[in-house]
Amino acid sequence: MATIEPKLVTQTAKELYIRALKVLPPDVKAALARAAERERHPRAREILGVMLKNVEVAETRGLLVCQDTGTPVYKLRIGRGLAYDGPALLAAIADGVKQATIEHPLRSSVCHPIDRTNPQTNTGQRIPMIDVEFVEASGYVELKMMPKGSGSENMSFLKMLTPADGLNGIKRFVLECVVNAGGMPCPPTLVGIGLGGTSDLAMKLAKEAIWRPVGSPNPDPAIAALEAELLETINGLGLGPMGLGGDTTALAVQIEYAHTHITQNPVAVTLQCWRGERAAARIYPDGRVEYGF
Amino acid sequence: MSKHHLTTPLTEAQVRELRVGDMVTLDGVVFGIRDATLIRIFDEEQAPPADLRGGVCLHTAPNVKKAGGRYEPLSVGTTTSMRMDRFTGGLLERYGVRAVIGKGGLSGESLKQFERHGGVYLAITGGAAALETTQIEAIEAVWWEDLMPECLWQFRVRGLGPLMVAMDSHGGNLYADVKAEARRRLEEILTRLEKRA
Repeated sequence: MATIEPKLVTQTAKELYIRALKVLPPDVKAALARAAERERHPRAREILGVMLKNVEVAETRGLLVCQDTGTPVYKLRIGRGLAYDGPALLAAIADGVKQATIEHPLRSSVCHPIDRTNPQTNTGQRIPMIDVEFVEASGYVELKMMPKGSGSENMSFLKMLTPADGLNGIKRFVLECVVNAGGMPCPPTLVGIGLGGTSDLAMKLAKEAIWRPVGSPNPDPAIAALEAELLETINGLGLGPMGLGGDTTALAVQIEYAHTHITQNPVAVTLQCWRGERAAARIYPDGRVEYGF
Repeated sequence: MSKHHLTTPLTEAQVRELRVGDMVTLDGVVFGIRDATLIRIFDEEQAPPADLRGGVCLHTAPNVKKAGGRYEPLSVGTTTSMRMDRFTGGLLERYGVRAVIGKGGLSGESLKQFERHGGVYLAITGGAAALETTQIEAIEAVWWEDLMPECLWQFRVRGLGPLMVAMDSHGGNLYADVKAEARRRLEEILTRLEKRA
């Protein structure tokens, strides 16, 4: 059976970390450019202009888009018909993070939660965070990477609403989260929402939503309509880029859902900063690696 | 709205001239500080080893490279200020800081400190670190390397900006104004939702 080599996974994990910090996905860039065209508020136009210029400077000069190297988060999606050593692949990803941190070098943004010591590798207990999934696609492994920035990650919220709170309760909670977060998560944000499930699943779904390209509606028309309604409402609040006023508070609202318990109505909200950082690669047993987003 | 090109150190008179909505570009020295730096100064009561009088502090922890015994900036950006809110008064009153550069804004309590001592909050575009890095000429000094990357940094800057005066020494607070308006609109939206239900 075709084998996925850990060494190649290390190299790819390293490359993905650096790429995600330097090159924005095309859907994010397009959404920013569209926002800059639509924006009517002069101060907001100026800020969106700085963001777009920054993206260009980062790409042309090979600089990091943002100084926050984030918490390294990976998704390992394993297709059919492959041989692999699971624990070795997990170790390989962590090695890639360490190599990127030391060799580039990158700021180590990861520390112990109590004594706050920084291992200076961007790795530690359960970090990088790696989510393993088995998928139908055959013949390759997909590795996805998100260096999750803390300004927006600190703006993550969960509420166990009741069935009586209904859909209006969900809308109210999402809108209150966005207003309370104000300029702190670096708006215009990508608003990820997880509905239903259990408390942990709701937050996981909110995170799933921000892995989707900006402006890819949920395939369920009712959910897509809710996404569109919330986006319009949020952009009517006037918070604007960096919370300094304007028409552009969010680039997209994206929702994932799960069925839930008859007594429950969980809603999780996570905000992703305007950088919308993510990168992905397909790794083949013959040693080929295809990079994308 | 007026534009100002300022060189550090800043005087109280210069800072008091700034009003919310003004744009500032900065030359000179900027000190990089962050959570751990401020915890050391104020909670562990270790006086900063640099003279911050008339100084400008930037909420940051940079990416750097050490070459030939010196640090070079690889990426200098700005972090969310609110986490460091409770240290604003001390920086102004005890150490004579005149301006804080950050993103996301500070609280009403910090606004009072800006009024009392003559200080200002300058908003930079968060996440725009590539551009910010091109405006950093050098890292001139570093103290408390054990806190890496949250050391006390001294940067030499040229044309740092655009910076927007978002909180001034006259009670002006752009964040509070924008948020108050957002809350007013939110209340309207929620009232409409409840009527429909």
